[in-house]
Amino acid sequence: MIRLEHVHRVFQVGEQKVHALNDLMLHIGLGEYLSIMGPSGSGKSTLLNILGILDRSTSGQYLLDGTDVTSLTDDQQARTRREKIGFVFQFFHLVPRLTAEQNIELPLVLAGVSPAERKARTGRVLQAVGLEARAHHRPEELSGGQRQRVAIARATIMEPAVLLADEPTGNLDSASGKEVIEILEQLNRKGIILIVVTHDPEIGGRARRRIRLVDGRIISDISGHEKP
Amino acid sequence: MRSGDILRFSLGALQGNRVRTMLMLLAMSIGVAAVVLLTAVGEGARLFVVNEFASLGTNLLIVLPGRSETAGIGPSSFMGETPRDLTIRDAMALVRHSAVRRVAPLNVGEVHVSWRQREREVPVIGSTSELLAIRHWKMAQGRFLPPGDPELAAPLCVIGAKVRKELFGPHPALGEMMSIGDRRCRVIGIMGSEGRSIGLDVEELVILPVASAQMLFNTNTLFRILVEAKSREAIPRIKTHILSTIRKRHQGEEDVTVITQDAVLATFDRIFRALTLTVAGVAGISLGVAGILTMNVMLITVSQRTAEIGLLKALGAHRRQILVLILTEAGVLSLVGALLGLAIGEIGSLVIGRIYPALPVSAPWWAIAAALGVAIVTGLTFSVLPARRAARLDPVQALSHR
Repeated sequence: MIRLEHVHRVFQVGEQKVHALNDLMLHIGLGEYLSIMGPSGSGKSTLLNILGILDRSTSGQYLLDGTDVTSLTDDQQARTRREKIGFVFQFFHLVPRLTAEQNIELPLVLAGVSPAERKARTGRVLQAVGLEARAHHRPEELSGGQRQRVAIARATIMEPAVLLADEPTGNLDSASGKEVIEILEQLNRKGIILIVVTHDPEIGGRARRRIRLVDGRIISDISGHEKP
Repeated sequence: MRSGDILRFSLGALQGNRVRTMLMLLAMSIGVAAVVLLTAVGEGARLFVVNEFASLGTNLLIVLPGRSETAGIGPSSFMGETPRDLTIRDAMALVRHSAVRRVAPLNVGEVHVSWRQREREVPVIGSTSELLAIRHWKMAQGRFLPPGDPELAAPLCVIGAKVRKELFGPHPALGEMMSIGDRRCRVIGIMGSEGRSIGLDVEELVILPVASAQMLFNTNTLFRILVEAKSREAIPRIKTHILSTIRKRHQGEEDVTVITQDAVLATFDRIFRALTLTVAGVAGISLGVAGILTMNVMLITVSQRTAEIGLLKALGAHRRQILVLILTEAGVLSLVGALLGLAIGEIGSLVIGRIYPALPVSAPWWAIAAALGVAIVTGLTFSVLPARRAARLDPVQALSHR
């Protein structure tokens, strides 16, 4: 499903070149649950951005669902992002002036889906994250956990193949963090590819496949459950 | 994206940041209000000048007795050529041309008038009923000289408002007989006060039928003949017609001078053009300023909403959608700002009109249309840069921007 071949990402920081990703090879199959861990500056976020087509690799190939993403035009990339990828961010990134329902339907609005169908689909995902009662609340009226659940609902409304979560529990207390991670895992059980970037070994350890990045290289790639 | 959704999203964004929206509306409305007010005042000034000239008479030719050219020393200098008098019949003969609208003979003098114990020296004009229309005068009361045979010396007179006030005081003047020189006349009308044209103040005049004035001044000549052409283009033709008619009537002597308004009108046109250009220039500058303000505010908008734009990109918005969203916002702001400015400008013109009633202050429709059009166009044009910047934002950086 996802194939990264010899991916490099080089940033120019002043005079110096920083190799954020160094000859990275990664294959991810359908329905996988993957955590990416590593120290700060190891390239976790860069990897996630490249997987989410928010960033382009300096060299190398990225095949998503058989198409070479790097060769697509900007508009085609935007379309791919909209249809195949869902994002969940550490800071939720909800639009403060919009209600939960309006935030969730944003991807559908961008895709030009009719209001009636939008209504039906937002209703379904709101139910899935247990927030039917909060549909008309603004983000400021919601708790952190509820906001992240709205963000998850938004990320899944297009029924993407891949869900990318960048520190999804980083800004939450442990109870709501657990709630959020359980919702994500539930989605994974239904077949979505779940990729979680985290500092938290407890969250990272829950994944069936755990990748450790150091200095832009994968230093370990362990599959199967381990006892913490 | 559906257009309804685009509009709803943009309106939501505008409501989301009231201060910014207000600032931008203010900028745009001041620009438009400036244009509306400036053109209103400019147009008012123009109309004021036009009215002044119109009261002189438009498309007018003035016939004076005698030749004004100096022909050098020739036989006539020694012969002592005397110009023949201009007569009422000369004036009547000039009417016979298809392009002549009106002809008014004119006699001017100073006469002693009195009513009961009050007396005054006043300027007197002898003319015909046509004079009222040629000079664009208005009556305050009664009527002007009646039409009819200009050679008939009817004992009638029309007086100016000031003459009425000074001679009659609180008494009604209409229908009264007053003394004028060694004669008497019945007051049949009182002139309105607005006709204040160069040389003669209508308020101070007494107007008689031309034949009565000739008797009064004991003469059978005319001071001037005023000829009004049907159009400006006909003026040269009429000039030829006047000269040839007079030559025929004066035994082959071209002993009159015809003055046309051409020279005056040419100057007049230049002034108008300059005035219009000035107003247009000032209007353009203020709208340009409004446009630049719009650009600044939209740039601030884009930087304030960087995270939101980054999010939209992460959610799959492509560049064009971001561009359209930002431009829609700018368009809505410009339109509302322009309408607001229009309202402010109209109210301002009303206020100025109240303060200076003589100035017909009102923005012409083309200025209003241009102001609205230019406001929206500049608002949109100057928002292209911020919108493009938004569309090009790198989503990774935009999302980390907090």
